[in-house]
This record gives sequence, C-alpha cells and structure tokens, in this order.
Amino acid sequence: MIYQGKQKIWADYQKEIPDDHWFYVRSCIRQNFFPGAEKMFLEICRGLLKKDFYETEHHTTCGGIAYHCDTIPQETVMTIVARQFALMTEAGYENYVASCITSFGNYIEILETWKEFPELEAKIRELLWKACKREFNKPKYVAHASDLIYKYRNEIAARAKFRLVNRHTGEPLRAVEHIGCHYAKMFPSRSIGGAEYPYVLSGMIEAWGGNVIDYPERRHCCGYGFRQYHVKANRGYSISNTYKKFESMEPYHPDFILTNCPGCPYFMDRWQYVIAETEGKTYGENGYGIPVLTYEELASLVLGYDPWDIGLQLHQVAVEPLLDKLGIEYDPSAKYKGLNRKDIMRPELPGVLRCC
Amino acid sequence: MKENIVIIGGGIAGLEAAGQLLGLGYKPIIIEKSDRLGGHVADWNCLFPDMTPAKDVVGRLIAGATEANIFLNTEISFVNKLKDSYNIMLSNGISIITKIILVTTGFSVFDASKKEEYGYGVYDQVITNRDLEHWFNTGNDRRIDDCGMNAVGFVHCVGSRDEKAKNPQCSKVCCITAVKQAIELKQKFPETMVYCFYMDLRMFGKKYEDFYIGAQRDYGIRFIRGRVSEVSENIDGRVIVKAEDTLSGKPVKVTLDLLVLMAGMVCNPDSTKVANMISLPIDSDGFLKSRDNVADIIDSPKDGIFYAGACTGPKTVPETLAEARAAALKIHLYNKTMQ
Amino acid sequence: MDFGFKISPSSAINLDNVDTVKFEQLHDMEPDVYKCMACGSCTSTCPANRFSGMSMRKVILALQRGKEKDVVSMMRNCMLCGKCTMVCPRGINTRHLILSICRIYREDGK
Repeated sequence: MIYQGKQKIWADYQKEIPDDHWFYVRSCIRQNFFPGAEKMFLEICRGLLKKDFYETEHHTTCGGIAYHCDTIPQETVMTIVARQFALMTEAGYENYVASCITSFGNYIEILETWKEFPELEAKIRELLWKACKREFNKPKYVAHASDLIYKYRNEIAARAKFRLVNRHTGEPLRAVEHIGCHYAKMFPSRSIGGAEYPYVLSGMIEAWGGNVIDYPERRHCCGYGFRQYHVKANRGYSISNTYKKFESMEPYHPDFILTNCPGCPYFMDRWQYVIAETEGKTYGENGYGIPVLTYEELASLVLGYDPWDIGLQLHQVAVEPLLDKLGIEYDPSAKYKGLNRKDIMRPELPGVLRCC
Repeated sequence: MKENIVIIGGGIAGLEAAGQLLGLGYKPIIIEKSDRLGGHVADWNCLFPDMTPAKDVVGRLIAGATEANIFLNTEISFVNKLKDSYNIMLSNGISIITKIILVTTGFSVFDASKKEEYGYGVYDQVITNRDLEHWFNTGNDRRIDDCGMNAVGFVHCVGSRDEKAKNPQCSKVCCITAVKQAIELKQKFPETMVYCFYMDLRMFGKKYEDFYIGAQRDYGIRFIRGRVSEVSENIDGRVIVKAEDTLSGKPVKVTLDLLVLMAGMVCNPDSTKVANMISLPIDSDGFLKSRDNVADIIDSPKDGIFYAGACTGPKTVPETLAEARAAALKIHLYNKTMQ
Repeated sequence: MDFGFKISPSSAINLDNVDTVKFEQLHDMEPDVYKCMACGSCTSTCPANRFSGMSMRKVILALQRGKEKDVVSMMRNCMLCGKCTMVCPRGINTRHLILSICRIYREDGK
C-alpha cells in the first residue's frame, strides 16, 4: 500500500464546507437504531463547538427509502424534498445538513436533476404550492453530517480525553471504515476523498489516533440495500453481503468499525448476531463481535462522554472490549439504565455471540 | 534546396522522416523536447511480431538522421504566422523561419492512476505495460519477484474504449502488446499462471493472430473475456482482481502477485500545444485532425503543415514509419510546387 | 436458529481455488484444448445442442473454471457425429477431445 498514492487521490476530492449556520435534518431510522447518535451530533456541534445548528419538528422523511424501494415515483420524492427546502428557507438558512446518507444522496441527486432539467424543478415548485402553499430556495450548500464532524475533527481531537490507542499495548487501534453507498458512489465529486478511497471517516480515525485498515471488500455494500432487506424473500442476499465483508476484514483483526450511514452500522451490528447463530462464527476476540460505531458515537467516546449516555447499550455487539482498550471507564450495572436512571430491562443473551 | 523543414518531435516518426528527407537532399531540423531521440519506442524492449529489439530499430533510425540539425532539450516557445511562412521561436533562443512543418509529436501514455479502481500508484503490485517493459530492459523493479510468481494478470483497455476516462478510442497496440508481454513473462517464469482480461482481442496486424494462438497453445496463457471492475489489496500485499467472465456469465475473482495495466495511447498534450500555436484543428477523438481520414491522413488542413505517426491517432511502429516516409515524399513534392 | 433466510451461496468463480490437475491431464493428451477461442462454431452446428444444450464451447470453458460437474453430464448428449470438428476454425479435433474428456472426467468420479 502506497499511502502517498491515496493522498494524491484525496487531494482531488476535497470540498469547501461552510463552517457554521446549518439547517439540520434527522434520519427516519437512526433514532431507533442508534438513539444517541443524532443527539450527540447536536451536543458536540452546538454545546461544545458553539456552532449554530437549527432543527425543526416539522421536517419529515426525505422519501429516500420509499424511492429506493420503488414504491413512490421520483416526482413525489422531489416534492417532499422541496418541502424540506421550504422549511429551511422559512427558517432563514442556506446550508443544509442531512444526518442520513441516503437523504444526502437523494438531495444531491435531485439538485443535479433540477440543474439538468429546469422544467422539472418548475413543475415541483408548482406541485409544492398546490400541496401546501410553500415556496423554497435551493440550499447553497448540502453536506452530510459526517462531512461536518470531518471538518471539526481536529477541534475534537484537541478536546479529546481519549485517543484511539490500545492502552494495553500502546498501539493505534485498527479501524475499518465503511462509507454508505449513497455518500460518494453516485456523485464522487461531492464527497471527501472520492468513492474509491473515501477519506471522510479515515480522516477522523487518523486525527483521533487510530489506524485505518484497507481490506479487499472495503467498497462492498453493507448488505442493507433497501430492497434486499425490506423484502423478506431477499434477506438472504442482505446477510450474504455483510458476511462477505466480515470474511474479508477478518484477517486484519479490526478493533472496531466506523460508519456514516443509518443502515450500515445497524446491519453490520445486528447481522453479526445472525451470522453467529446460523454459521456459528464470530469475528471479534474471545467470542465477541466487532463493535460497530457511528461517527457521532466515536466522537463522543473520544470526547469522554459516558458510553451509556450516548446509547451504546442498544448495540447488539458488546462495546465493552473496545471501551477497555480505549481505557474508558464505565459502570456495568448502569448499562441498562436509561434516561433518569430508568430501568430499560436487560435483553435476552444470544446463544453464540458473546455479549457481556 | 535551402528551404527549412522543421520536424517537431524526435521520436521514430520524426527520425524516419528526417532520414528520408536527408536522402532526398534536404537538411531537416528536428526539435526534441527531451534529452534523447527515439520517443516511446526507445523505452521499449522488444517489438512484436518478430521480437525485434527496439534499440536496433531506434539505433538505425538515429543513425539515418545524424546529418539533420537536431535540437535536444528544446521546446517551441511560440510560432508567428508570417505572410507565407512561420517564424518558430525555440526555448534555446534560436528562431527558424520555415514554410514546411512536419508534426511528429506522437502520443502520451494514459495516466493509469486516473482509473482509481485499478489502484495504480496505490497498490504496490500494480504496474503498467511501460513499467514492465522497463523491467525487461533493466531487470530492475522491486515489484517483480525474480524468485517466481504464482499468478500474474494483464488488464487490457486501461484508459482506452473508456468514455468516462475521456478516451473512447481503441489504442490499437495494447492487445498485441499484452500478448507479447504475457509470452515474455511466461518465458521467464514458466510456472506462473498468466491471465489476460480483455473485452475484445483486436489482432489486426501481420502475424498478430499467430502470436495469440502461440500464447494460448504454447504458453497456456488464459484469456478471460471481461473488463476488470476493481482491484484491491490483500493482507499479504497481493492484489485481488474482480471481473465478469462474460463467456460463462459469472463473476470471477483471482489473487495475483502482479497486475499489469495496459495503459493506452492518448493525444500528447504537446501536440495540442503545437496545434494551438499554428491553429490546427483537433479531431473528435482528441488527436490532431487530418485533411481527410481516408485519403489525406498525413496532410493537415493547412498548406505546408504535415503529420506523421501517432499525433493523429494510435499507430503501430510500422504504420508510423510508413507515414513518416509518405510525409517525406509529400514534403518533397510540396517543395517542388513552391519553386 | 432458523430466521427464514440464510447466507446465499456465491456464484462467483474463484480462480485461486480451481483444481487444474485434471485439466492439465487433459491438456497433456489434447494440447489443442488450449487453442479454443470461444467462437461458438461448434455449439451452433451441434445437432444435439438445440434439444439438450450440449455445447463444446461451454464444456471447454467450464473445465478451466473448475465447473466440471456442470458440464460432464452434457457429454452424454454427444452423438460423435464430428460436425464440430469440421467447423472448428482453430482445427481442434473436438471429437477426439470429447472422448478424452470422458476418459478423464468420469461422472462417477473414479
């Protein structure tokens, strides 16, 4: 591996990201899968870095899942997105940041489509007006939330309480980074680092002290793939893709996996349980799995937030081995205490995958 | 015969044309950007189809052109159009007034790192046709394991027939070059499995098909019809190649010790620079535009300006030499009509 | 545990794992087997092809990809008429090749 070769490619895929004043839209599913992630994003950006991030309870889904599952036509998705832009315009913002990768891809795709077909944009403006009497300006800048954490990575590193270093060995932790397909594959020029060697997550890992693993199936889909998972008859394809990735990364013994998409961490986390049950195989040390984190969760960990406050107890794969390596102290008895110490009950333990 | 004839480019086309013009009694001037003559062919080891040593060919051409005025390490700074001639200002401060210019600026090798998915410049074990030829010449490349390799692959059409890489043209010589290089590798490492990943095998030239049959029958080189879609690096530094085996309709993958990218021919940016200086048109394929692509390939649309070789499109060595001879004759006849 | 779905087998051919011993044995007996360029003349002229799917081109390819199980049974449909040998532009004696394949790749695996 020639690191300078990658740097050369990264230099071709950089983008100027505005520093402040963002209209933030959440993902449909992340709050259920990884409930601490979006909360921590706002906490870090607003509370810690004192940036202006606005969000409104009036925003909806971007329609991306339905669009990618072929259940609604693109005009409908565009009208939904137009309404989101209208909310941004009404709130007085021009920079739009999406928590979800598919939303990000969806917004970029729609804006590019309107650039090529202005008559379609005019039609959508008309549809939006008929539907809810709203008007919108197109955002000046659309970013994915991981772009912003990437942008702020050095500020986070400066405030970090923990480095991505194994405190037992002193070695940098080995990290797999997995980028959501819709982040760069459709429009590589809108990403950080391009689609072949994306840098958005690698940059965070490097800035926080870890080593990035480049394994053969790094480009492969996590296995979610909307129609793969949502149609039960296709679920075998979904898990097969995930399995392929784990088989490929296994020899590198990754300490954790970092992701920037709603579906990827979920499927790479939960399918480890299903693979363990069906194949009897686990990929971490001593029967554990490989912890899968979102970039907000990882940022929160290095900044020293309590693992249970950022929702890590909702992961299928136990994060404790990673916390031990990082030297992060945690209270095992508090793991299943929710907000205000409310008991959220212990889950049943799986048969094969070791979870505590 | 005092008329100046300026040949831009000291590759094989420029050398051959100069040699012919000298034979016709002229004293041509060769302007060469680099510090040596022979162009790309001088970097090559052996030439298909008879494995002629490239240095013999280039050596003969240089020997035939020594009487010409040769400026090495020299570029064209600018060109002024005078009434019926051109004033060419060189980077060494010399200026030449001429009525006849022969453009032999040739091609550039496609920058294989632009095909990011193949990992040239990122993965250690990915090299190009040119790197391999360099190794044939010098035996010096740490990426090639002299103790033998288990498997080696060749990827055809790298930066050729590729609209996304902005080169829709076929580079013509890569198919036969891949077959040649595969055979040469197999001769050095008989135990190594050699794969060629191709879309079509374009074996158009004299004895090319014999070469191909020989590669299959005598050397057991495996040809897989399918364009390589991605390359990745293994934990032990070898590369994993993915393609579709389109003949069986199934995805295929293989681990290789070395992957050779057959980087194609693209228009030399220097050709475009010269074209801009003397207002020559560019054809839709990005190469210089001839007066007619059937009957007048060596004529530019401007009087007194001629082409030879790969500045008008990918060419083989014999094609280039034939064009250079034709251009010399054409210049001779043109000079006669001027007098 | 049965989830109602499971890991699907991959259809990809992994050339790293192809066992070439038998094919090399075949090549020793029939050096010309390497010369096939997959033109399909043999298949298009084969009288058994249209009702049985017999394809000499596919057989030669599949043997090199380690997929002999898929193709050896195809041989049973061959009537040894020799038409494929007549049309092969590379002069491969396909009729003789078929007999050699049958000898080396016996269906019972012996």
